[in-house]
Amino acid sequence: MTLAKPAFPARSLRFNPGLSRNRTDKLFTSIAGLFSLIAVLPLFLVLIYVLIQGGKLISVSLFTQLPPAPGLEGGGIANAIIGTFVVTLVASLIAIPVGVGGGVYLAEYASSGWFAQFIRVGNDILAGVPSIICGVFVYGAIVATRLFFGQSYSAVAGGIALAVLMLPTVIKTTDEALKLVPQELSWGAIGVGASKFVTITRITLPSAFTPIATGVVLAIARAAGETAPLIFTALFSPFWPEGLFNPIASMSVLIFNFAIMPYEAQNSLAWATSFVLVMLILGANLLARWIRRFASS
Amino acid sequence: MVIRSESDQDQFTLRRRPWAERSVDRGFKLLTIVLASLVAVLLLGIFLTVFSGAREAMASFGLSFLVTSGWDPVNSQYGAFTAIYGTLVSSLLALVIAVPLGVGTAIFITENLIPRNIREVIGVMVELLAAIPSVVLGLWAIFVMEPLLRPFLNFLHQSLGWFPLFSTAPKGPGMAPAILILVVMILPIITAISRDALNQVPQELRQGAYGVGSTRWIAIFNVILPAALSSIIGGVMLALGRAMGETMAVTMIIGNSMNFSLSLLAPGNTISAMLANQFGEADGIQVSALLYAALILMLLTFAVNILAQWIVRKFSLSYN
Repeated sequence: MTLAKPAFPARSLRFNPGLSRNRTDKLFTSIAGLFSLIAVLPLFLVLIYVLIQGGKLISVSLFTQLPPAPGLEGGGIANAIIGTFVVTLVASLIAIPVGVGGGVYLAEYASSGWFAQFIRVGNDILAGVPSIICGVFVYGAIVATRLFFGQSYSAVAGGIALAVLMLPTVIKTTDEALKLVPQELSWGAIGVGASKFVTITRITLPSAFTPIATGVVLAIARAAGETAPLIFTALFSPFWPEGLFNPIASMSVLIFNFAIMPYEAQNSLAWATSFVLVMLILGANLLARWIRRFASS
Repeated sequence: MVIRSESDQDQFTLRRRPWAERSVDRGFKLLTIVLASLVAVLLLGIFLTVFSGAREAMASFGLSFLVTSGWDPVNSQYGAFTAIYGTLVSSLLALVIAVPLGVGTAIFITENLIPRNIREVIGVMVELLAAIPSVVLGLWAIFVMEPLLRPFLNFLHQSLGWFPLFSTAPKGPGMAPAILILVVMILPIITAISRDALNQVPQELRQGAYGVGSTRWIAIFNVILPAALSSIIGGVMLALGRAMGETMAVTMIIGNSMNFSLSLLAPGNTISAMLANQFGEADGIQVSALLYAALILMLLTFAVNILAQWIVRKFSLSYN
């Protein structure tokens, strides 16, 4: 038996780059490549300018001194660095326990049912609430009502505003991380007589630790760079922090205030602050990435 | 036959769990329920705070607040049309620019057009771009992007000045640079979600398309993109919500003018920029007017986000 002769010339099976379909293909590939280039270009431009403009001012005094009065030179941003850490810490202390607890409920107690669905949809909506609205909310609920010992603007109010912003991320990561834990683990724990509480706190949560930690680090990094919720909750202060219930400086608000001032010294201080803030945030992002890679290997 | 002793049998009867253990269990469950409900409490709290603050302005300005553009704290006359228009126009135009860029980038880094290492590097860089705080982007926009952009905008005004969108001479901050900085901010979201959507398209679909002789881009346009479309649209809607609520970078570069102008080169305003600028120093009816605007912003983002979730849920194709 012989094979039938193919109805087309054999060379048509060879790749012919001159064909219009192949040329169109190449054209679209170059367009997509160009688009990717444009997409990563801003990252480079921003990083280069932050490194050059901000790197110039990096010195010991930047980390030890208070910001100068408007129009004056010198000084540092020590109070803003402390302030960012304080406000972010307050936010983390609120958002992490609440978020992990809420995530545990969604994943372990009520993975279906109307209430869980309601909370999940609510969580997604909360994640979409503009950050400035969080600020307005905390202003109305805490600052204007002078809830804390008659104080209006305070570090705690700023921390709460950031916590509202972090909460949806923490809940979502916990929920999704717990769902990935193999069911057999908790069946095993229940099977040898552990209570639900012990199963969750000793078996399920620890085995989901890495993804939760990654998500939490990313949420903290995002909160540390947020400005909008702080400008009328934590406000700003040119002095050293005076406790949790007084206005406090933060790096992001300092950048905002100093960027729109008409003085060159303040503007360059804003660049230096951006340098410190961007390094911290990119560092946290790389840390989260490293945790993920470390755990998966 | 072995007869079991009494104590042996005892060993195998079910033990009733002690009271303490049961109450710890029940208490823990209750605690997680309370923590989860905090989400609902917060949402309700946010809505009520904004709504109750806005009631006074709603009563005195009514719906005409949405379509008049005077913002006059001296005579207590407020209309938010400039800000609402600015919010919608800036976010929609940013979307028009960012969607092709983001989806194109996502295709470039998922469809095996270039070596895996380069793809991963581009992916990481886009994610890092998302991590840069918006206030830093605002600073960069003021001192770097806007001066670079000025000659181009001038050229646009000189050659296309008859067109209403380019009818004013650029004088620094304005709508156009704000739109571009919004593009930078929402590009990572669109890219990330499109990339996930494209990665979830089953390999068999691609193989089928290549098998019947389509080129890579015929497969992308006719098979792969349609299969991923619902998630991509969902992602685009999420990005739209983010763009409408984005505050700091826009506030720093948009010019914060309450005078309405059709021109993209003129200073404008958005609801969030207006809040950031005026809320701290406002009092009386101005606070209420600002909260009315905040309520509008909130309803807009609510609607967009819910629509996004609905689209994803309703139209997502499921493959097993």
